[in-house]
Amino acid sequence: MPEKHYLNATYGIRSWLLTTDHKRIALLYLASVTFFFFIGGFFAMMIRLHLMTPNGYMLTPDQYNRMFTMHGVAMIFFFLIPSIPAVLGNFLIPLMIGAKDLAFPKINLLSWYIYVVGGVFTLWSMLNGGLDTGWTFYTPLSTVYSNSAVAPAVVGIFITGFSSILTGLNFLVTIHTMRAPGMTWFRLPLFVWAHYATSIVMILGTPVVAITLALAGMERLFGLGFFNPAMGGDPILFQHLFWFYSHPAVYIMILPSMGVISELIPTFARKKLFGYHFVAAASLAIAVIGFLVWTHHMFVTGQSTYAAIAFSFLTFLVAVPSAVKTFNWTATLFGGSISFDTPMLYAFGFLGLFLIGGLTGLFLGCLGTDINIHDTYFVVAHFHYIMVGGAVMGYLGGLHFWWPKITGRMYPEWLARIAAFTLFIGFNFTFFPQFLLGVMGMPRRYHVYPPEFQIYNVMSTAGASILAIGYLLPMIYLTWAAFYGEVAGENPWPATGLEWKTQSPPLTENFEVTPVVTWEAYDFHNRPDLGLDVPGGHGPRVVAPAHGDD
Amino acid sequence: MHRTGALYGQFKTLEQQKDSATLGMWIFLVTEVMFFGGIMLAYAINRHTYFHAFAMGSNTLSLKLGFTNTLVLLASSFTMAMGVWCAQTSRKQLLSVFLLATIALGFVFFGIKYVEYAQKFHHHLVPGKSFDIGYCVHNPTACPDVTAEELQEEGKRLEEAELGDPNLQAHAQLYFSAYFGMTGLHALHMVIGAGLLLWLLKNSLAGQYDATWNNPVDIVGLYWHFVDIVWIYLFPLLYLIDLHK
Repeated sequence: MPEKHYLNATYGIRSWLLTTDHKRIALLYLASVTFFFFIGGFFAMMIRLHLMTPNGYMLTPDQYNRMFTMHGVAMIFFFLIPSIPAVLGNFLIPLMIGAKDLAFPKINLLSWYIYVVGGVFTLWSMLNGGLDTGWTFYTPLSTVYSNSAVAPAVVGIFITGFSSILTGLNFLVTIHTMRAPGMTWFRLPLFVWAHYATSIVMILGTPVVAITLALAGMERLFGLGFFNPAMGGDPILFQHLFWFYSHPAVYIMILPSMGVISELIPTFARKKLFGYHFVAAASLAIAVIGFLVWTHHMFVTGQSTYAAIAFSFLTFLVAVPSAVKTFNWTATLFGGSISFDTPMLYAFGFLGLFLIGGLTGLFLGCLGTDINIHDTYFVVAHFHYIMVGGAVMGYLGGLHFWWPKITGRMYPEWLARIAAFTLFIGFNFTFFPQFLLGVMGMPRRYHVYPPEFQIYNVMSTAGASILAIGYLLPMIYLTWAAFYGEVAGENPWPATGLEWKTQSPPLTENFEVTPVVTWEAYDFHNRPDLGLDVPGGHGPRVVAPAHGDD
Repeated sequence: MHRTGALYGQFKTLEQQKDSATLGMWIFLVTEVMFFGGIMLAYAINRHTYFHAFAMGSNTLSLKLGFTNTLVLLASSFTMAMGVWCAQTSRKQLLSVFLLATIALGFVFFGIKYVEYAQKFHHHLVPGKSFDIGYCVHNPTACPDVTAEELQEEGKRLEEAELGDPNLQAHAQLYFSAYFGMTGLHALHMVIGAGLLLWLLKNSLAGQYDATWNNPVDIVGLYWHFVDIVWIYLFPLLYLIDLHK
């Protein structure tokens, strides 16, 4: 281990709580999003245990409503949205572009405090009466009829939104103004491009949900009336405003994960990423088109048929850049020298699960089929394939990949591979039966169901317990590895990014000397410094495997 | 990160620092546009659907006070712009004067807004159980601040509006939801702006801003102008709906 690094630069609780080092703030975020992940996971287990039997013995309907609502709120607003950007993005963007820190380190710390304050409000709501409106807060249920603690939760989510806005703002400015000499736009790692696109969605979308929740909150507290039909207000307006953010929010969750995959695949295939420019542009295209599809959540609200047709078409269109990326990742594998280290297993898991999640999304974007499977378990399965199969797989793959950089130590490889398989199997066992349930017509958010659906629900619950092990294992061995793992060195894989050109863990100021970039992204052929057995220039396509003898 | 003079450690040059801060403020203003955009959409849809109620609500506002406040804010934008110019040309004392003037005009705005809000509370024009769009028309003694002439005019308009919209009481509350929601958010932004200006004033009195480093004045100026522009939209949207009558 290097003698001096960001973890031992200063000591004491104050040095963490008042830090402006983006790497330490990333670790603060890591701790807090993990906390919310396990809270959300607890609610998920309650849902799955309850649904083991068709008659709803375990929870009352009121309790059940609270469980699925709080599962959604904790997972979406407090885990999925901040997870990759605020943890990995925060840690890596300055390193990847050769900067000493983000442009606004104090605002970065402020964003974490805002997140914590919002989290405290939401936890307070969960502990004092809970929340039963569904994570979507549809009015007038949330504003007039619900007897649960809606107000503190809305306040909490409103506040947390500003943490997301500030993170996005910081990333955009940093990527524009803080790049090292030679780090041109088209030499940026695709992880950075993905975060650029994500940040655009964050700054354009989040203020809209902020004002929407503010209006809903004021309606509940002070009797404003925009969404209240009794005063002539329009609940559908709430849905429009809500989904104007909350559909693009899906891209806040998946785009950074795609960025991680774009780093993992070239590294473990030992090949330049196929079609770099197209993958970068696809991120931006997803960010832009993603804003034009929101009413596909509202096909059954009675909106105009012509609007529905247009939004259905745009929904199909937004699948195109995702498909471009998937094809490019797959094409990168072709002729590569592939190794199967844990991060790559997660990348493969992502490819398969995201493919299923994406294609089933088209069923839902198609007007005819959507009316049939709307609000069934098909929808639940679809978005879990995107958010867990996509976003969480990418997050865990990224954590494993950069853990040696973050902590300076390697995780135990074989245990990690077993965990990755456990996760993959547990995930499919949990959610694939839900596609079948949905097609058979089991509605989501119901607390009882006909007995003929029981077998699939039991399968799903069994899968969820395997999945839980798949989550607990990495949490345990990654924590262990941070203290006792094998020392990793500067560039264990080796990979091509600038973050691997500094010691692990990095210095507080990241680089001793500001690096000068003279190479393209993922260019294994022109990187003698990596110590690979590759002839410079136009060498053979296939080079030594990444790690070990797999 | 360490700081040398005005330069923070993560930056290499003051120019890079200035570019970053300015870009950051512009991006923040974009988020503000989206933020106000949501409530303006709600306003637009409801005004279109319930025009009579919105026109009636608008009639109860005081054009005099609203117009005066518009002038006050425009003047404050002028003093702010002068402040930015003073900072860029190292006129340190004059900068403090203009910052103080901007803050003072901001407080004049708050004062007038307070008078308007208080009126609305006294006249039962706050959405809720005791809301009554015709309160002053039906209880002239309870509204001593409105002249008999004005009340007569308002009564006439109320009759017309009730003919146009049988559910006027409910829909007029939507107008006042928009009124309080939009002006309330705007006032909140003014409070934050006044806080920022006080901070600038403190630094300016310490002589921190001159031709080599004045970016904080610049970007707080951007913010202040933005908040003014929001008012420039709010004034016609809320006060001038039914002016052609």
